[in-house]
Amino acid sequence: MDGFIQFFQDYLLLIYLLIFTIILGFEVISKVPTVLHTPLMSGANAISGVVVIGGILLVRQSESEDVLSMALGMVAIVLGMINAVGGFAVTDRMLEMFKKKKK
Amino acid sequence: MYLEFISQLGYLIGSVCFVWGLKLLSSPDTARRGNIIAAVGMAAAIIAILLAPMERGDNNFALIAGGLVLGGGLGLFMAYKVKMTGMPQMVSILNGLGGASAVVIATVEMSHYYDGSRPMSDSQLLIPLATLLIGGIAFTGSLLAWWKLEEWINDNALTLPKHNIFNLLLLAVIVALGVWLFIQGPEASFGLAMLFMGLSLLYGFSFVIPIGGADMPVVISLLNSFSGLSAAAAGLIYGNNFMLVGGILVGASGTILTLLMCNAMNRSLLNVLVGGFGGSSGPAKAQQGDLVIREVSLNDAAIQLFYSQSVVFVPGYGLAVAQAQKVVKEVDEILEKNGVDVKYAIHPVAGRMPGHMNVLLAEADVPYPKLLDLEEANDFIANADVAVIIGANDVVNPAAEDDPSSPIYGMPVLQVWKAKHVIVLKRSMRAGYAGIDNMLFFHPRNKMLFGDAKDTLGKLVGELKGL
Repeated sequence: MDGFIQFFQDYLLLIYLLIFTIILGFEVISKVPTVLHTPLMSGANAISGVVVIGGILLVRQSESEDVLSMALGMVAIVLGMINAVGGFAVTDRMLEMFKKKKK
Repeated sequence: MYLEFISQLGYLIGSVCFVWGLKLLSSPDTARRGNIIAAVGMAAAIIAILLAPMERGDNNFALIAGGLVLGGGLGLFMAYKVKMTGMPQMVSILNGLGGASAVVIATVEMSHYYDGSRPMSDSQLLIPLATLLIGGIAFTGSLLAWWKLEEWINDNALTLPKHNIFNLLLLAVIVALGVWLFIQGPEASFGLAMLFMGLSLLYGFSFVIPIGGADMPVVISLLNSFSGLSAAAAGLIYGNNFMLVGGILVGASGTILTLLMCNAMNRSLLNVLVGGFGGSSGPAKAQQGDLVIREVSLNDAAIQLFYSQSVVFVPGYGLAVAQAQKVVKEVDEILEKNGVDVKYAIHPVAGRMPGHMNVLLAEADVPYPKLLDLEEANDFIANADVAVIIGANDVVNPAAEDDPSSPIYGMPVLQVWKAKHVIVLKRSMRAGYAGIDNMLFFHPRNKMLFGDAKDTLGKLVGELKGL
């Protein structure tokens, strides 16, 4: 129990940020029309590629001799980057189709 | 000091871009710009993290650059290679990769924690544990969802007897092990942490196993949410606010879509996860005496469509499988030229992911004002001359309204039987993906047109041109 209280106190500011971001997220996206469900999902999906930042941090903070960290960090960067770039690109492709027949 | 300031500014810009981009993504006119703004936000953050001064480590910029280029290249390649009919698979794969990346990061940081090179306070340990759990579920769950969508794995092939109880027990073991690792702190071993990861990965598989075809849109949205949350949790490992904000926004959007999909089926999330559809439901009653199926010839169907005033197409997953979206548009054009009012009725859970039908029809250049949501569609259908069902089944099943014993009873459906005539395009008399018989096929106003949807529609175009 003490551990959890400690956790709460250590991360109080982040917990605020967490809760406000949740509320903001719901507010921003709550009224999305059916036609945009897939692009919204794949666009949001691309954003979850932020995990690539973690991979970069991991590699930058590693010693060059630490082969395990370097190798796995590289894997994390590649996977995160596929998620981010692939997600944004495919969403753009989809939305381009939506666009051209609007005229 | 300036570098640190610039990188902090980069994060701030990135976060604002994410929120702004998502806001624009939720309106048709601005969606494309929104996506680009979100991408700019990501780029800003990547530059920020490359500039930020580090207290330890060797930077290893060459390796990072290699990873960024390789990952970015692969991502672009996949994005331009994928067919629009393969979108659900693509989204699943991307969901899974995000989760996998988070798991890898947490694994490395855990190994550093146990060998003493990365001290964490007792409470901090909770974060990598949460990352392993959520990321693991997002990874293997998406992997299995992908395989199911490719139909490499049959929906019911892996379901154990009492699978839900197995899942609950597995989750209980995982949580217990997690709490134990948390309490033990550095006394526990890296091996046990890896066991925790392994069980989380197993749970990801196990939790998607019993969820089948028609519930796929819910699962994909839920996994989308998990991949965001795992990125947020990975961000907490480094105390990185930007990753937290990005991940949580994805978590929120995934959750909203999940709830929308559940509402569209009038079921609770729990009900979907525990699995009401598919194998677990009893066989629906079929034979009720004098059920007759009427078939219609291509020529008759063509004449009927050609001389109607209003026609509504009801696409479903079968349209995606047959890749028939462009042929539908051809039929649509011919009919429009003859003054027929053509609309498309889109059920929110038609297909295998939220908005699946919209994407396919957009690819075929169908203008989106012609796509009607559930309620508009039902109003339109009530006055329509012909409703043409293309590869949809459960979303047009009257049992949802009149058969309390049916597993889909209570789900809002497209009331196609209210149109003056119904034509169902179907490969065979197989039951829908939910495994439920559809009394619509025996309805007095319904006629069947058997065959592959693309093939049949192609022939229909020929007949129509001959009229």
